Amino acid sequence: MQANQLLKYLVVVLPMLTAACSTTVDEDQDTMTNGADTATETTTEDSVEVMTLEEKRKLEIEAEERKQAALRQTNMLFFEFDGSQIQAKYFEVLEAHAAYLRANPSAKVVIEGHADERGTPEYNIALGERRAKSVSKYLQNLGVSAAQVSTVSYGEEKPLDKSRTEAGFAKNRRAVLVY
Amino acid sequence: MKRILLSISMFLMAFSSQAAIEILITEGLDSAQPIAVVPFEYRGTQVLPQNVADIISADLMRSGKFKAVSPADMPQQPVEEREIDFNAWSERNIDTIVIGQIEDVRPGLFVARYQIVDIIRGSITGGHAQMLSGGELVQTKDHILFESRPIQFDVSDFRRVAHAMSDRIFEKLTGIKGAFQTKIAYVLVADNAARPYKLVIADYDGFNEQEIVRSKEPLMSPSWSPDATKLAYVTFENRQAQIFIHDLYSGSREMIASYPGINGAPSWSPDGSKLALVLSKDGNPEIYVLDLLTRQLSRMTNNRTIDTEPSWSPDGQKLVFSSERGGRAQLYEININSGKVKRLTFTGEMNLGGSFTPDGKSLIMVNRTRGRYHIAKQDLRTGALQVLTKTQLDESPSFSPNGNMIIYSTLYGQNQVLALVSVDGRFKARLPAGEGQVKSPAWSPYM
Repeated sequence: MQANQLLKYLVVVLPMLTAACSTTVDEDQDTMTNGADTATETTTEDSVEVMTLEEKRKLEIEAEERKQAALRQTNMLFFEFDGSQIQAKYFEVLEAHAAYLRANPSAKVVIEGHADERGTPEYNIALGERRAKSVSKYLQNLGVSAAQVSTVSYGEEKPLDKSRTEAGFAKNRRAVLVY
Repeated sequence: MKRILLSISMFLMAFSSQAAIEILITEGLDSAQPIAVVPFEYRGTQVLPQNVADIISADLMRSGKFKAVSPADMPQQPVEEREIDFNAWSERNIDTIVIGQIEDVRPGLFVARYQIVDIIRGSITGGHAQMLSGGELVQTKDHILFESRPIQFDVSDFRRVAHAMSDRIFEKLTGIKGAFQTKIAYVLVADNAARPYKLVIADYDGFNEQEIVRSKEPLMSPSWSPDATKLAYVTFENRQAQIFIHDLYSGSREMIASYPGINGAPSWSPDGSKLALVLSKDGNPEIYVLDLLTRQLSRMTNNRTIDTEPSWSPDGQKLVFSSERGGRAQLYEININSGKVKRLTFTGEMNLGGSFTPDGKSLIMVNRTRGRYHIAKQDLRTGALQVLTKTQLDESPSFSPNGNMIIYSTLYGQNQVLALVSVDGRFKARLPAGEGQVKSPAWSPYM
């Protein structure tokens, strides 16, 4: 019976160890499925803790997915006057879009580039394209396939804010990701 | 019900007043030459659809070179040359008057004549000058600068005939060919309409507005063919920029550029055989020239920065364009045969949207100085830059074919409207717009 007891002990402790391990290897898919396998093997036994961990794991993944989806809700990036450089505050947002596009190779995104109403319409088309391409390049650097991303510049032709104030101009200098 | 009818009629009134674009002169009448276009005599029974003298007066005013006297300020309203009281006019410093006569021939058909009279000459000779002819003194009427032949025309042609008279009067008095029978193309954006973007052509004074295309997506940058029968423009109707050539008489449209990226800034060569345009298919915006006969595309620029807004020199040998190759956007020219590039502008933070004046001696552009965008002119020989406008967010300057006037788009209140400025910057006027934004005006060549 001693061997049996040892086995019982291992059945309880091993998943705890792997679970502890899996929390450190955050988001590692393989570790997660191993843990789940172990859990199903032990369903006949006292498996309360294992189930809790799986639940927690599931919740974590769901939370991460919700966060990514929430980040992807942000599909608009704003730019400095005359600028096309992506500001640091959009890095997380673009990472979320990139993750989605990497996970869904058939998904396609159009990046629209826009400019404010200052300067000539055709020069603003060029500026808008530079902004759209800057976003496109950033996504490609995050591993998104070039075939999934296309750009179109509308220049100053589709202002978001028509007030022609500084605040309005700032809203119009934008790139928009359209799926 | 009454209220509904009232609001409908108000709407109709608003609509018709929009169609009748008048002119609001904002600056520069002091230096203009006084002229009186006396209401024409009318012998007939049909109702006249238009007041010819009013149309001519408005044309002459809009040229910036004349100040037309209103009928209420005229000392008399002669309808024949012999009725003119020269002293009464010269006392008021009115040097030139135009008189005319209209008759109806049969329903829908009219005949008009008009005379341009030099008041100064007339007051010297009393209208009875004598000259030697074949060794004899004969009576002359050298105070009559011009006497038209009888002009027969249809009732629908009143405005055109009046503009033709304005052309002749303007040329007789200034030596410059009149451009009153020309048209303008522009983009109208009615923000709340189902298809908000419209490409429109109208007489140069805004009358006879005619819709060419209406779209859900932006329309941009109309450019006239030199024979004024076609327009090239940019459309986003297929969710990407494409360049179309649109035949104004047949209504047929042909797509001539639809590459990945920018397809923009079409500009017709002076001989009509080529189209300069901007494509970014090879990475960033570059200037190309498309031969319209062979459809061969030649790349003109090759630069890592923005090159855009090509516009032809009058001789068709060079293109002026905007480029960021030197940092901020400035204007450069390229010889289309040798490919030699030369920077043209050095004044101001930025210069954009350049075009040559019809005489090829100056450039017109959008100049940015201290963050403000104005229309400016640069003398190509001396390099001197003159800012012509004081309005806000000025863009898209386009010349009248005689080089006398520039039409451009500007901000007035919360709307983009069209405005005029004379090439010397002295005369300024605004074309009051209806609803929506008016953009990208392009003045036609002579029709």
